[in-house]
Amino acid sequence: MEFEFNVVTVAFFVFSFITLAGGYAVVTAKNLFRGTIWLMMSLFGVSGLYLTLSAPFLAAVQILVYIGAIAILFTFAVMLTRSLTNLRDLYVRPQINLVGAVLLFVLIVVGVILPLFAANPQPPVSDEVIRTVDLGVALASGNGFVIPFEVASLLLTAAMIGAIVIARDTDDLV
Amino acid sequence: MPPLWMYLVVAAALFSIGTFGVLARRNGIAVLMSVELMLNAVNINLVAFWRFTAPMEVNGFAFAAFVFVIAAAEAAVGLAIIISIYRTRRSVIPEEADALRG
Repeated sequence: MEFEFNVVTVAFFVFSFITLAGGYAVVTAKNLFRGTIWLMMSLFGVSGLYLTLSAPFLAAVQILVYIGAIAILFTFAVMLTRSLTNLRDLYVRPQINLVGAVLLFVLIVVGVILPLFAANPQPPVSDEVIRTVDLGVALASGNGFVIPFEVASLLLTAAMIGAIVIARDTDDLV
Repeated sequence: MPPLWMYLVVAAALFSIGTFGVLARRNGIAVLMSVELMLNAVNINLVAFWRFTAPMEVNGFAFAAFVFVIAAAEAAVGLAIIISIYRTRRSVIPEEADALRG
């Protein structure tokens, strides 16, 4: 388990801390509006983790789609509903759920990650990475991901229409 | 570059935090936010495995991109359902939406 201390490692620890602290603050936030801000912070940390994994396109998409669209959507949902006034009763059965989550984490780490990936020596990581252009080509080429790509666009259209129909006030229909 | 298992541990921790939020939070919007955390943990795993095992293949990269699409659709429809429930029941608590309970 060789370990070199360089700028990528430092960035990994910083962004991991941002991600996990933000996630912890999301699930413990009393005020849900602050919860959405913490969610943005956690998503930003994940974006930084993508950068350390040399996936800059995914990092940019993470900031655009997650922070720019999804987190803003959550902010609007918090403000449209009465989530800020009823702050009592934050949790349902918190103790047993906390025990379950901690057990899940221990099970994944001890049962899967440490024996499979940390014990054996890993092959050296290559410095060669595909470019973003290759992703674009794969998404549009016939022997790549063109069918899932089209299905994804159809899914987004269906989700958008469905969201409008579900959230519309029924009085508008008359 | 930190080894693969460190990324996996961070993703497992984020996934467990999200699991706790989904199971324990009372507010439906908080539950959906925790689902987003879990999806992000899965995405960290996908990108980490892509980087460490097959960095010249496009598959892991494309899978992560499709998870973005699914997350966007899930957030839009989920929040629409919560707003619709709020309109009829004046509450965003999933336990109180029990009209279909037998």
